[in-house]
Amino acid sequence: MIPGSFDYLRPTTIGEAVSALAESGEDAKVLAGGQSLMPLLRLRLALPEVLVDLDHVAELREIRDTGDSVFIGAMATHHQVIKDPLVRAHAPLIAQATATVADPAVRHRGTLGGSLAHADPAGDLPAVILALDGVLIAQSAHGPREIPAADFFEDYLTSALEPAELLLGVRIPKLGTGWGFHYEKFHRTAQAWAIVGVACGVRRANGAIEECRVALTNMGPAPVRAHEVERALLGRVATQNAFKAAAAHAAEGTAPTGDLHGSAEYREHLARVLTARALTTAAGI
Amino acid sequence: MPRIKVEVDGVTYEDDVEPRLLLVHYLRDRLGKVGTPVGCDTTNCGACTVLMDGMSVKSCSVLAVQADTHDITTIEGLRINGALHPMQEAFHSEHGLQCGYCTPGMIMASIDLLRENPDPSDEEIREGLEGNLCRCTGYQNIVRAVRSAAHEMSHSEVTSHD
Ligand SMILES: Cc1cc2nc3c(=O)[nH]c(=O)nc-3n(C[C@H](O)[C@H](O)[C@H](O)COP(=O)(O)OP(=O)(O)OC[C@H]3O[C@@H](n4cnc5c(N)ncnc54)[C@H](O)[C@@H]3O)c2cc1C
Ligand code: FES
Ligand code: FES
Repeated sequence: MIPGSFDYLRPTTIGEAVSALAESGEDAKVLAGGQSLMPLLRLRLALPEVLVDLDHVAELREIRDTGDSVFIGAMATHHQVIKDPLVRAHAPLIAQATATVADPAVRHRGTLGGSLAHADPAGDLPAVILALDGVLIAQSAHGPREIPAADFFEDYLTSALEPAELLLGVRIPKLGTGWGFHYEKFHRTAQAWAIVGVACGVRRANGAIEECRVALTNMGPAPVRAHEVERALLGRVATQNAFKAAAAHAAEGTAPTGDLHGSAEYREHLARVLTARALTTAAGI
Repeated sequence: MPRIKVEVDGVTYEDDVEPRLLLVHYLRDRLGKVGTPVGCDTTNCGACTVLMDGMSVKSCSVLAVQADTHDITTIEGLRINGALHPMQEAFHSEHGLQCGYCTPGMIMASIDLLRENPDPSDEEIREGLEGNLCRCTGYQNIVRAVRSAAHEMSHSEVTSHD
């Protein structure tokens, strides 16, 4: 199908993009990689009057070392993120999870910022950013704002961004040594979205688990941290049995829905099984 | 109406386009390049895959205005001096198609796959083509075709250095 008509703006700087959004108000939409928005436009589920295309805002594609963290610009494509040496060195979980997103052609255009702003509960990257305690940086005509990942994903397809706010990128704190990470995704067919996904990191010292992060994809309208699993593992020796016992808590505090891919109970079961697998792989045992 | 300048299959075009015009419709309806089909409304099927600056994109999910200043290659631009591209040859000789609807997208995605990985395993071929759906073949012969083209293309590169 053919999208409804809209005006098209192509800013080249962050300042121009923010002004364009401020002037166009609620009828404007940001176009990033278009891999979620274009289908919505074609099906006329989205009918913006103005489209603000970020394709030419080069500064939004940058990935930078900022000392104790890595900053990934909102317009960094999935393809770029997977290959980026800084991401691979300091946030390998993002690179690994991004490689499971969609297919090569979609990854050439789709962006990290678009995936986060879109806030799809089945999207893989929100849970990953939540597990890494990422901080999202947004900007409107009123100035910049920092939003911790734990406050960013509010509901189904709803983020904390205001309509005239631009997501500039995400800051990922560097996590010293001793960590192992893994993203475990369950889907039935190639290129499909996660039925459930588990992002995790485990830090060990002298065999015992000193720190642990677990976040779940598609176990509710927004990604959730499995805090009970994290707590159950502190100070434990990393064994398969310890991971399995802790993973039994994975579905606590979640609110999955049933759909044609699986019932809520099935998702709870998957969360427990996949969490045990993810932790085991992350710890390399 | 924005004016775009875009190179398609080696020819430069300048056109006024409505912002909502999809690249695939620009290629088909304005330039007559109907070799690139449309198979879905949801960016899923990959039938419309073309190369944008050498990288595969689904042309139903890119606006024509976004192709401004870029270089597009479609299935119609693959022939060199009248001869089929080795990937086209391989799909032909290995029976990598039945109805042919997915084939232009499969071939463009396969060329992109070999650019990134000139000697892929069967598993890597399947993963590289996961964004391209085929209703007919069951994929076996498509994988075979890509493997055969990979062999042919690396071989012809070696001989061309002689
Ligand atoms: C076939 C297919 C399979 C897919 N499979 C997966 C999958 O398995 N896992 C997964 O995680 N994703 C998947 N995706 C989605 C893909 O990752 C998209 O790239 C992503 O959801 C959106 O990124 P985008 O850059 O294309 O954003 P767009 O589609 O351009 O935008 C999405 C939304 O975010 C808003 N937005 C974008 N950038 C900004 C910004 N900087 N500031 C403010 N608002 C912004 C837009 O206004 C829009 O509302 C799939 C997509 C397709 C087509
Ligand atoms: S027509 Fe199906 S992905 Fe473009
Ligand atoms: S040959 Fe018919 S869809 Fe692939």
